[in-house]
Amino acid sequence: MENLQLVFPEIFLSLSIMFLLILGVFKKNSSKLIQNISQLILLVTAIITFNETISISEAKLFSNSVIIDYLSSFMKIITLLAAFLALVISSNYLKIFNIFKIEYPILILSSVLGMMIMISSNDLIVFYMGLELQSLALYVLATFNRDQIKSSEAGLKYFVLSALSSGLLLYGCSLIYGFTGSTNFDVIATQLNTNEYALTFGIVFILVGLAFKISAVPFHMWAPDVYEGSPTSVTLFFTMVPKIAALTVFIRFLYVPFLYLIEQWQMILIFLSIASMLFGAIAAIGQTNLKRLVAYSSIGHVGYALAGLATGTNDGIQSSVIYITIYILMNLGLFSCLLMMKRNNEYYENIEDLSGLSKNHPMLSLSLLIILFSLAGIPPLAGFFAKFYIFKSVLEQSMYFLAIVGLLSTVIAAFYYLRLIKIMYFDKEKEKYDTDHSLWLKFSLTASTILILLYFIFPSQLIDVVSRINII
Amino acid sequence: MNFPILSSLILLPTIGALFLFFTRSSEKNNNTVKYVALFTSIVNFFLSIYLWALFDQTTSEFQFVEDRIWIDNFINYKVGIDGISILFILLTTFITPLCILSINNSIKNRLSEFLIAVLIMESFMIGVFCSLDLVIFYLFFEAGLIPMFLIIGIWGGARRVYSAFKFFLYTLLGSVLMLVAIISIYWITGTTDVVELYKIGIDVKYQNLLWLAFFSSFAVKTPMWPVHTWLPDAHVEAPTAGSVLLAAILLKMAGYGFIRFSLGLFPDASEVFTPLIYALSVIAIIFTSFIALMQEDMKKLIAYSSVAHMGFVTLGIFTLQQQGIEGSIIQMISHGLVSAALFLCVGVIYDRMHSRLINTYGGIVSIIPKYSVLFMLFTLAALGLPGTSGFVGEFLILMAAFKDNFLVAVIASLGVIIGAAYMLWLYKRVVFGKLINNDLKQMIDLNKSELFILSCLAIPTLFFGFYPDPLINTIEVSISDLIETYNFKLVSKF
Repeated sequence: MENLQLVFPEIFLSLSIMFLLILGVFKKNSSKLIQNISQLILLVTAIITFNETISISEAKLFSNSVIIDYLSSFMKIITLLAAFLALVISSNYLKIFNIFKIEYPILILSSVLGMMIMISSNDLIVFYMGLELQSLALYVLATFNRDQIKSSEAGLKYFVLSALSSGLLLYGCSLIYGFTGSTNFDVIATQLNTNEYALTFGIVFILVGLAFKISAVPFHMWAPDVYEGSPTSVTLFFTMVPKIAALTVFIRFLYVPFLYLIEQWQMILIFLSIASMLFGAIAAIGQTNLKRLVAYSSIGHVGYALAGLATGTNDGIQSSVIYITIYILMNLGLFSCLLMMKRNNEYYENIEDLSGLSKNHPMLSLSLLIILFSLAGIPPLAGFFAKFYIFKSVLEQSMYFLAIVGLLSTVIAAFYYLRLIKIMYFDKEKEKYDTDHSLWLKFSLTASTILILLYFIFPSQLIDVVSRINII
Repeated sequence: MNFPILSSLILLPTIGALFLFFTRSSEKNNNTVKYVALFTSIVNFFLSIYLWALFDQTTSEFQFVEDRIWIDNFINYKVGIDGISILFILLTTFITPLCILSINNSIKNRLSEFLIAVLIMESFMIGVFCSLDLVIFYLFFEAGLIPMFLIIGIWGGARRVYSAFKFFLYTLLGSVLMLVAIISIYWITGTTDVVELYKIGIDVKYQNLLWLAFFSSFAVKTPMWPVHTWLPDAHVEAPTAGSVLLAAILLKMAGYGFIRFSLGLFPDASEVFTPLIYALSVIAIIFTSFIALMQEDMKKLIAYSSVAHMGFVTLGIFTLQQQGIEGSIIQMISHGLVSAALFLCVGVIYDRMHSRLINTYGGIVSIIPKYSVLFMLFTLAALGLPGTSGFVGEFLILMAAFKDNFLVAVIASLGVIIGAAYMLWLYKRVVFGKLINNDLKQMIDLNKSELFILSCLAIPTLFFGFYPDPLINTIEVSISDLIETYNFKLVSKF
């Protein structure tokens, strides 16, 4: 008998989704109720997962196809918390755009469920199931504002390109299955035969699929369009939550079955990383839409996270996890600011709309200043430490080229972050924005800013937590 | 446990800034805000004087060391000072209150934000000068970019955006390579603790590359020719107080870095690259002096003269002789005082006439005599007249240079002459000559606070010109010890 208690968070989440669906059908006008319940569910699931972490070090279930370890628990908790925050701070936005419907939180919950399965997967099929569950929910979310052409276009584009990448991924899975005779990561690891070049093809196809999901260059094309077209609340979700799951799968897939083939995939990862860092930095310079700019900046940040993975060491994995955690924190702050740029029930998302923000809203612009400098990686803010750990682990492996290119692209990236600061602080002010923000929005902005600003006082805490992640 | 005096020095301005942050600023309480900032910085100044009094001049060991675990098994928060760093801390705490005092009417809007930026800047700069861990040093070194970027960008002149960006990106580009080097040092030696690194040394085969990485950062910050171009832009556009901070303190971080890190950590590489530094320094001295000669804008002229003066500093440091390094430090202190004063002098007449162009002025000696006298004093100090602190530094540097390399010394000495030429010509065109521009007649002479600020700068300039002993006594032991270990490390390799 399997110890089902270990997958209790997933079971709880699935049952809740079904319950909410039924509730939504039978109770009229229940969108607010469902919104609140789903927020609660996310929190409760996070707490359950956290409780589990304390007792369990590592366990495998269902013929070793699901793994519960420290990495999975940590990433699940972050996913759940990020999804929770993304949901609570966007409720005002949803109301204004008339998309405050019961389906919205339920879709978010299902995609989170998919991500949790992805994070725990130790088997290609389980992994693919989770991936598709989250992707399908995300396609619908992208088109959620269906009266807008841009939103529909974003969803369709995302669906078509994502389906293509899923196809590549499946092809890679089948190749690997063909050459090792199993879909289980542990079995694959034992069946590896380095002389089979076709196996390498399988790895490459799966990497392409994963790179697509995490929007690494050259598989990033969908990201700017989708980020721009989707409703801001969904963009917020896109930039934060799916990246965690995709990164976890990246870690699991590369380091469990294929650690000994590191020569084969290391170059690919280095390329993905360098291309993403450079391209993200350069392409963001010309953007005028903030959401597009965030898309390019997130491409760049993914590049740094991948640089940590390219090292092939535990330190590298840990630094990537730290990076993604801090990145999510910064993005949360950034989007809280975006969601505050509202005047007469209309949201503004162009760069010029930031103009002179510091005169009208000194606190908002100060927070944004801190967040932007942190994104640019200027000490002593949290973003600097995120990059610092990445480069520390990269340089441990003497990968000087990667480190230098990465640091040079931070200089390029600094340019467009500075441009935003320039517009906020040096330009003429415009009309004031509304200040009647929800409490949660204010809270998330304040909390993320303070955490970013004061991270340097207690940098050890996050490291202590992450250092328990041991894959190799 | 002793009282953590260095951490207090670092933290105090930030606490003042926090206080300002929570007092709502408006046009009315501008004075209150200013007094709070002034009070904070003056307390900090007295604290640093107290530090100097406690400082033991007879040892080259680091004193007032605080060592706390910051990131487990990786980085310690370690600060401490020796004879080299204490003078820079004093300079910082001395200049900052004067800077704050000098803000009269030049900065009208967002005064409290400006003061917050200045105070935070002070914290970071003190941090740079007393950190004894490479990562902590880097943190303070880079963090200073944020307030300075805002100072130039928000309160600057017409082309402030361009200048602020140029300043930020240039310095950042220089510094990222230093970060690579710092992390590499960690992986090579297993520590980033400077004291520890002094003891164990770094393998010769890594030194050249590491030295170059540090150099790229310090050369931009110094600034050395040919990466000096951000400095004139930044100076011209920055508000007076910003220029003062930039010239007086920010530029010294690089000179300090050269002594503390380039010489201390990479003796072999320093030996290898000395010719490079000599060449760049000499070019900077001659080339930028000629450029300074041709400037129309007073601030730009002084900015170029800063580059030339910093050329002397780098030259002196890499002569690797007692006089040379002592001269460099005294030159940096003196340049901190004199260039701050010169920028304030320009600020004084800019506030009245709103022009920095030299040809606006002429013949103002009879209208504003007090100003002319003080301006004269600082002009002479800048060109290194005996009896001013500028002379002591330059003389020591040239003396050491003559011992080491005759040709370089001769060319550098020629630079002194060009320096005299552009400074005197500037003075002549602004102060003497015929009074052509009738608007100048309305100019008012120095008011009390301006007089006070300039006198505060004039007194140490003259005092250390005649009697540099207090400075030399403070740094002497540390430097002789530095040179001794430097030579020892070199010899032990063969």
